[in-house]
Amino acid sequence: MSFKNFLTRVAHVYRFNMRFFKNAFAPPFEVKEILRQCFLVGNKSLFLIAFTSFLAGIVFTKQSRPSLASFGAESWLPSMVSQAVVRSLGPLITGLICAGKLGSNIGAELASMKVTEQIDAMEVSGTRPFSYLVVSRVVATTLMLPILVIFADIVALLGSFVMTNAINNTGFVLYFNEVAAVVSLMDISSSLIKSAFFGFSIGIVSCYAGYNSDKGTTGVGKSANTAVVVSMIFIFVVDLMGLQILNLFRR
Amino acid sequence: MKEQPAMVENATEDATSVVRVRNLYKSFGDRKVLSGVNLDLKERENLVILGKSGTGKSVLIKCMAGLLKPDSGEINVLGYDVPSLSLKELNTLRLQIGFSFQGSALYDSMSVRENLEFPLKRNLGIYERSKLNKLVMTSLEDVGLESAINMNPAELSGGMKKRVGIARTLILNPKIMLYDEPTAGLDPETATEINELILSVREKYHTASIIITHDLSCARQVSDRIVALFDGINKLEGTFEELKQQNAQELQSFFNY
Repeated sequence: MSFKNFLTRVAHVYRFNMRFFKNAFAPPFEVKEILRQCFLVGNKSLFLIAFTSFLAGIVFTKQSRPSLASFGAESWLPSMVSQAVVRSLGPLITGLICAGKLGSNIGAELASMKVTEQIDAMEVSGTRPFSYLVVSRVVATTLMLPILVIFADIVALLGSFVMTNAINNTGFVLYFNEVAAVVSLMDISSSLIKSAFFGFSIGIVSCYAGYNSDKGTTGVGKSANTAVVVSMIFIFVVDLMGLQILNLFRR
Repeated sequence: MKEQPAMVENATEDATSVVRVRNLYKSFGDRKVLSGVNLDLKERENLVILGKSGTGKSVLIKCMAGLLKPDSGEINVLGYDVPSLSLKELNTLRLQIGFSFQGSALYDSMSVRENLEFPLKRNLGIYERSKLNKLVMTSLEDVGLESAINMNPAELSGGMKKRVGIARTLILNPKIMLYDEPTAGLDPETATEINELILSVREKYHTASIIITHDLSCARQVSDRIVALFDGINKLEGTFEELKQQNAQELQSFFNY
């Protein structure tokens, strides 16, 4: 890609984002379609997030235990796991699963609509496809990611509890009392804000890739691929930026 | 009540012209597609634009519908200067233009009924079930497909898809119909039925139509007048018989087919 093409692409992405904000905050609002997309986003990812979070909780607990045991700090296991899950692991797992599942779905769906001229058909019938297709999806992913992260955190902690209980015979109430003692409101709120940005990144990147797809079937595959890869990169970048900002508050 | 775009002064010299194109140029990168196209579409006229693949026929009607922005030139549709319209004004104008896509462009996540209801709900704000049913049925009856109302696009044949695509545009009562390759990929019998449908749409909805095609039998059956587009410019114009008699070199491959 030449420098000129790169700058053109940056301008295009900027215009796409501005168009999103302009349409998102101007009536008519796509309430019905946003609710439908929220349901789809949640419904599509729930099982996968539950499964991976539960396993992550088990694995993380099992791997952390020997290190803590060597310092005689095994009793800190619930505190350490809960902070790791709430602050980082939960949002990251949810973000990456959603980037794969939703990113490919949104990218491929919009790209195939573009290739088969369905978006053009909406455009020529004056039905404002941008609001209907893009705004609704981006708003849905932005709203739903924090909810999915709460769910992922709970399931991961349950997985961790199952493991801790199996090794140390720790009770449910004791385990979650320790969790509640160390997880602060700041941890939870920063995690939810960060995951909303994850959701926005997944939505806007995937919609951009699909909405501006090249013609032909290769365009659909390329869009789905771009949606997933770029969304994942954005998740790590947002995660790092979120950490830096959060550290300023913690100081 | 929808806001109407401002009329362009002296938009059309000929009062009966509903579309007027002058010196239209359009390129994609270094590739020139349209190189100074001029044409007029009169009220209730079926104008066929004939030409080989890649001569800019589809680009021309996409410019008319505001899907593509021309590099230069004038496009006047129903008195409105299309390239200068804002998106809001363009959407208002588009309610009066029906566009039938080459691949039908049915929304494949929706049933036939939902495809037809979609523009009614979003453009006209009609949500009353009885009213929606009536409009959808009328439109499907006009294309002879009322039995397909609950089917999904994937279950329809090529010809049925074309009909539903046309029904979806007719539901908004357009004044102008733009058909992009209406008979492409269809068997001769189905193609003839689509040609008859194009004629019946004009009779029933009093539309003026531009039909993009490279199918000579389609051109013969539906055209009042033909504009032959070659290398991005309209080189020949006349009725089917007039063009046939001209024996122009560019058209020989069509007429000798």
